[in-house]
Amino acid sequence: MIDGLNPALILIVGALLVPLIPQPSRRVYVVLLPLVSMLQLILHPSGTFGEISFFNMTLQTFRLDGLSFVFGLIFHIAAVLGVIYAIHDDDPIHPTAGLLYAGAAIGAALAGDLVTLFVYWELTAVSSVFLIWARRTESAFKAGMRYLIVQVGSGVVLLAGVIILFSETGSVAFNEMNLDSIGGKLIFLAFGIKCAFPFLHNWLQDAYPEATASGTVLLSAFTTKLAVYALARGYAGTEILIWIGAIMTAFPIFFAVIENDLRRVLAYSLNNQLGFMVVAIGIGTPLALNGAAAHAFCHILYKALLFMSMGAVLLRAGTCKGSELGGLYKSMPFTTVCCIIGAASISAFPLFSGFVSKSMIVSAVAYEHLTLIWLMLIFASAGVFHHSGIKIPYFAFFAHDSGIRCEEAPLSMRVAMGITAALCIGIGVFPGALYAIMPYPVDYVPYTVAHVITQLQLLMYSALAFTVMMLWKIYPPELKSTNLDTDWFYRAAAPAIIKPISAQVARLTISTQQLIAGTATIGLAAFHHLLGPQAKLSRAVDSNAMVALVTLTLSIFLLLYLVLS
Amino acid sequence: MKDKKAENTWFDKPANVKKIIIALCIICGLLMIADFFYDKHAHFAAEEWFGFYAFYGFIMCVLLVLAAKVMRVVLMRDEDYYD
Repeated sequence: MIDGLNPALILIVGALLVPLIPQPSRRVYVVLLPLVSMLQLILHPSGTFGEISFFNMTLQTFRLDGLSFVFGLIFHIAAVLGVIYAIHDDDPIHPTAGLLYAGAAIGAALAGDLVTLFVYWELTAVSSVFLIWARRTESAFKAGMRYLIVQVGSGVVLLAGVIILFSETGSVAFNEMNLDSIGGKLIFLAFGIKCAFPFLHNWLQDAYPEATASGTVLLSAFTTKLAVYALARGYAGTEILIWIGAIMTAFPIFFAVIENDLRRVLAYSLNNQLGFMVVAIGIGTPLALNGAAAHAFCHILYKALLFMSMGAVLLRAGTCKGSELGGLYKSMPFTTVCCIIGAASISAFPLFSGFVSKSMIVSAVAYEHLTLIWLMLIFASAGVFHHSGIKIPYFAFFAHDSGIRCEEAPLSMRVAMGITAALCIGIGVFPGALYAIMPYPVDYVPYTVAHVITQLQLLMYSALAFTVMMLWKIYPPELKSTNLDTDWFYRAAAPAIIKPISAQVARLTISTQQLIAGTATIGLAAFHHLLGPQAKLSRAVDSNAMVALVTLTLSIFLLLYLVLS
Repeated sequence: MKDKKAENTWFDKPANVKKIIIALCIICGLLMIADFFYDKHAHFAAEEWFGFYAFYGFIMCVLLVLAAKVMRVVLMRDEDYYD
């Protein structure tokens, strides 16, 4: 352990060296690097370090406390598992971008001030897009561009919020904030974009299924959970989060039922699981915040496991479409078992990880007597079992035999899946270890008779509903299709309106340019009049207005680019 | 050869699939009976109703699927819609 050394820096600097190291040493290096940095995190004492004075701001680049430790730790574990999963692939892009991305996420989680947070926030965007582009297809490239615009856009909004907050309070410390000021609202919005709030969510379902098999595993771990961390740090107890979260748990499951691409189904259920954490942050009691942190921890593992199993299917069977899969348990028995363990964990079956963390959140809701929220959460619990717990393993590995016969997943993928599956069961059976690292002391017993029976009733009767609907052929079959979501507005509607207008503008621009060229002399005199030392446009303008103007201009530029690209 | 051997697995026999369904029904039945035998420390009135979680899970899942089928009518497009 080196005192005061930020583990994120170990990862970021180390990641940049990855392409320089030849195989086979690279395989060892990429696994050792996050392990070394994880050790640095675990052994380091709590406190704030890495203070930098910057203009008249004080930056705390490394803050280690209960909350940042949980997220720093699970991000490290996800990084190790993600690079192990990708070892079979000689392409250095996965470990390089993946470890850089992990380092950025860890740096952001350990940031004690909002400026440092912003820097790492943008680095997660820029590094992670390579995991999508690594697919090297036209549609992955386009999806990557859309993803990048949304992610960088969230950073721009964050920066604007930070600047306004700084001008109001004179501090950039990253602590509790509120929605009273414009700055607070903008930062909240920036977190909300990355957390895939309803109507801001669709970048997730758009981009994640376009990434490579290994890319999606890494993507699923960091960005959204960083946003969960940021919300827990900045907006715990903000009541509106309870409603935002409850809607997030419910609406994606409808899309998940009819979606054909199984990795996109998982992206919808990722969104649904984030909802549970957001509700807990909105409640803001110690039990709820522990629940959010514990659920983020478990969720990263079982979601990675599910994406790993579907990635293995994509690699071996060449597709992840439910309509083309089926009967793969014959070819990929190990992957099948791991997928089922992931499915049981996300469904919160007793003895699997999701049970011990989701129970905390549902209990926190119950203690506050929020009836409607509680009903939405248990509906969402049944729904997530329905599509992630049953639909994913059923249509990929069982259902009707598609006739696809392929190899089992490569060794590196099986090792990663095996470890992740063991962790999912380990946490479910021995929740004490997880509870011990929570930000607040845990006084919670997940395994009571009432909890276990009610949860089993909920799940088994959901399974019964699925079975009955399959037998009576009510259940919608998997169909080759695209389902419209909010991305329709910027991928179809807006271009249809704006493209003709932009063509007109382009034509106008050309004529205007000719006009200007003809009247250059007059123009120059006019510019001097407007912009000269005594002119109107040269006077000093309020810095808040300038920030707003720059943000607006950038946002319009990003939006236009998104629509026209 | 390997493929042929793989064709006749346990799950391929309709009788075995039936066994799974029967097992599921038995488990569901037992869970309903279990409702009599534990102490419900309810936070909401609904939790005290007999078999609330079971009925709620079943009914909401059916409604979920029916609603999703309606959504399909409105939202479903060709696979290459955006291309």
